[in-house]
Amino acid sequence: MPRVKPTRKSTWVDMAPMCDVAFLLLTFFMLTSNFTAKEPVQVTTPKSISEIKIPETNTMKIEVDKDGKIFFGIDGQARRIKMLKKIGTAYNIAFNDEELKQFSLIPSFGVPIEKLKFFLSLNSTERDLKENAVGIPSDTANNQFKAWVQAARAMSREEDVVKDKSLIIAIKADQATPFPKIKAVMNTLQDIQENKYNLITSLEKAPENL
Amino acid sequence: MSEINTEGKGGGKKGKAKKLSTRVDFTPMVDLGFLLITFFMLTTSMIKPQTMEIAMPSKDVVKDPTTVKNSLAITIILGKNNKVFYYNGTEIKGVAPKIEVSDYSPNGIRKMLLDRNKNVMMEVKKLKLQKENKEISEDTLKVRVTREKSVKDAPIILIKATDDSSYKNLVDVLDEMMICNIGKYAIVDITPKDLEWIKDVNN
Repeated sequence: MPRVKPTRKSTWVDMAPMCDVAFLLLTFFMLTSNFTAKEPVQVTTPKSISEIKIPETNTMKIEVDKDGKIFFGIDGQARRIKMLKKIGTAYNIAFNDEELKQFSLIPSFGVPIEKLKFFLSLNSTERDLKENAVGIPSDTANNQFKAWVQAARAMSREEDVVKDKSLIIAIKADQATPFPKIKAVMNTLQDIQENKYNLITSLEKAPENL
Repeated sequence: MSEINTEGKGGGKKGKAKKLSTRVDFTPMVDLGFLLITFFMLTTSMIKPQTMEIAMPSKDVVKDPTTVKNSLAITIILGKNNKVFYYNGTEIKGVAPKIEVSDYSPNGIRKMLLDRNKNVMMEVKKLKLQKENKEISEDTLKVRVTREKSVKDAPIILIKATDDSSYKNLVDVLDEMMICNIGKYAIVDITPKDLEWIKDVNN
């Protein structure tokens, strides 16, 4: 009796459909994505039931970490350059083209103006170091934070008056930040007539059946 | 590699044209595809951050500051260690108001606020029901809720934060305002008297 030979099946799997799927997903992600901006400090925002979304563009972002250090940033590379030029004239510091270009690539920063030139000369890994995230000074004697917000506002107003109306000031503060630090930021903003701003929070489910 | 070409090994005799398989192994390409997907997934931010809009009063000196009716005013003081103090009205003829201690839990400050804001809550609930039954549109709902929130006898909340409170406390309390549909609230500076009062309660 002949032995029953097990039919040999090919182990070949056609990978083409899988490849199709992979690239389809890849295309989707490439088209829908906007990159997360690198932030100089890790900030845990408090939770809130508010569902208002913040637009990505036309925002001034103020980050406050849990020690009260202030970081500042604005969107748009051209706008960053204009803002730096404005602050340069205010503080009598001339920035060269290379520095302007470097500055335009930084989403947000936290160094005093005197150290900014040095900060811009560093490479991106050195900029991430802890000693280079000291925060923008905001005490009454030397309120550089105020100057930055004013420069950003002046730049925005010059660029487009209509668009300026919708410029949003977003404050992203750590939940453990002591209140006096937040109050200082709010007071500074109030001083320069910036009375409307947004607090960035993370989403929490609203309680039901009240 | 996963492909083992068994054809053409023994059969490739002289004269006959070699038949090469037209199959291409896609495995490396899939690898590459998923690698890139992973990269994009990790670097992108799909969710836009949520925000809470607040408007602060301008710092210009107001000629006649708004006075608040004693019976409507509630002062909330944010204290140390996630404690909240609140009192109604203000001192009358030198007698300090009764200061209550509470917290941020649903049974704490929220219960009190809901109770004080009963009428508005009820109206808003009615409006929301109407919206669910498609009697009114989303926009009308918004307008009517805002109007309802600013009725004359709605409570007015004064939020005073002590230096010992954290940013989380502030956001929590602002959140309670939203949950309890309170339209009239303001963040104001704490007075020395308030500090004295809560000190007494603490002891």
